[in-house]
Amino acid sequence: MNTIGHFQKTGDADMLDKLLYYFQFPFVTYALIAGALTALCSSVFGVTLVLRRFSFIGDGLSHVAFFGMAIAGVLSVSNSMLIVMPVTIICAIAVLCTGKNSKIRGDASIAMLSVGALALGYLVMNLFSVSSNLSGDVCSTLFGSASILTLSLSEVWLCVILSAAVILLFVLFYNKIFSVTFDSDFAQSTGIRTRIFNLLSAVVIAVIIVLAMNLVGSLLISALIIFPALSAMRLFKSYRAVIIFSAVFSVVCAVAGILTAVLTGTPVGSTVVAVDIAGFLICCGCGLILRRA
Amino acid sequence: MISLKCENLYVGYDGKTVAGPFDFEIGSGDYLCVVGNNGSGKTTFMKTLLGLLPPVSGRIVFGGGRTHPGVGYLPQQTSVQRDFPATAKEIVLSGCAGKMFLSRADKRKAEFNMNRTGVLSVGNKCYRELSGGQQQRVLLARALCAANDIMLLDEPVSGLDPTAAKEMYKIIKELNRDGMTIIMISHDMQSVAENASCILHVGDTIYFGGRDEYYRSFSENGGR
Ligand SMILES: Nc1ncnc2c1ncn2[C@@H]1O[C@H](COP(=O)(O)OP(=O)(O)OP(=O)(O)O)[C@@H](O)[C@H]1O
Ligand SMILES: [Mg+2]
Repeated sequence: MNTIGHFQKTGDADMLDKLLYYFQFPFVTYALIAGALTALCSSVFGVTLVLRRFSFIGDGLSHVAFFGMAIAGVLSVSNSMLIVMPVTIICAIAVLCTGKNSKIRGDASIAMLSVGALALGYLVMNLFSVSSNLSGDVCSTLFGSASILTLSLSEVWLCVILSAAVILLFVLFYNKIFSVTFDSDFAQSTGIRTRIFNLLSAVVIAVIIVLAMNLVGSLLISALIIFPALSAMRLFKSYRAVIIFSAVFSVVCAVAGILTAVLTGTPVGSTVVAVDIAGFLICCGCGLILRRA
Repeated sequence: MISLKCENLYVGYDGKTVAGPFDFEIGSGDYLCVVGNNGSGKTTFMKTLLGLLPPVSGRIVFGGGRTHPGVGYLPQQTSVQRDFPATAKEIVLSGCAGKMFLSRADKRKAEFNMNRTGVLSVGNKCYRELSGGQQQRVLLARALCAANDIMLLDEPVSGLDPTAAKEMYKIIKELNRDGMTIIMISHDMQSVAENASCILHVGDTIYFGGRDEYYRSFSENGGR
């Protein structure tokens, strides 16, 4: 838990020195790279999710991932990703690919998934857990406490490759993503296969959420998805500008949040989200001023 | 040349028929008006033509045997989110989004069509800050970008004032004169009488015929 404590340098108040000191340790660099990339991915797809009224998908799917982790822990699978990823992807498809005419609409199905997976995950952990520090385990998966500061080099590479794939997909399909998000019936009439498209985006979103769990833990993922998009929508009126601004906003906040957390020893996830909230409030203020002027 | 042909087509939702049988063909350059009461199945029919709904039974054939003919579509209502950030120009360009990257020709086409429908000057404004009539014209320009030779319009003048409606009909008429096949759902019988070359009546019975025949049988039967 207390990774930072070991490196606390005594008697040096100079922030810059302290920062330089921490940069000697690879885990800080790893955390910054992984954090910035995750923030980038979640923000560009966050805009689409917010506009499709799926803001809370991050919450729902991350609880599913939590459930997956509980199962993986009980089965003592060496690489928990092998269970977490498929389970999350299946649930993402189940929620995002239901038609417009399905019996349970988007928000209700997400709420069901979110609460259900959280409860079952905790239940499974409680019944079968071998760990002595159960509440510590739960707490760290939910809030992501310090796991981003304990990434190994191979995990960072995995994160880099997955994020690169996600960003590449976004750039390649930018026009189609806009068209489907704005008006999916019209998009289908121009020959875009919206069904396959929704399937693909569900998979991508599941990947992003599993990645983001490392950064902020499962309770705070929604923040990474919502705040950049809403901040950008306060200020800009074109889709392109909103996408670009939310990407920049998200990366800046993630980097600032991680550095603050490392320097002050606060939990990484909550700090990043706190910085996001501050950024959102600033954007709201600027938006008001712009509209008055 | 045949532009569109329906063979014993029944349309509906989840295998339940709403309207049918449609059995007619129109040539390229025709101006077909689809009329009928609220809830008779006009929109359902149009969505089936577009491939948004599977036909309950029967067949649709487009001219030249194309499977996806590049139709332009102006929906009856778009459920656009109130807070959607998008400029008019971005929306018009999305009419070209069937392919991966937009070429310079696509951008020129978008500008040309915005000019045609008179929204070039508001191109950089946010869609949700336009008036209803301007929004409708933006959507028409978007449909034009997607259209090769067929346009499907679902009540294009609903919500427009009489002047704007007249303007809209004029634009559509001009498109038709340039060789575009028009299929338009309309409740405005006056414009139907003025513009249509043939009429499809959707109701308990489906009627298809030339405009003049339609009005002859309409007056004989004392209305439908
Ligand atoms: N998504 C749907 N699922 C099931 N039934 C539907 C659906 N949408 C419409 N219907 C039914 O299909 C019938 C035809 O609807 P449609 O929208 O095609 O009417 P319309 O002729 O376009 O009417 P209007 O003039 O009001 O636009 C209606 O009775 C309606 O209740
Ligand atoms: Mg209708």
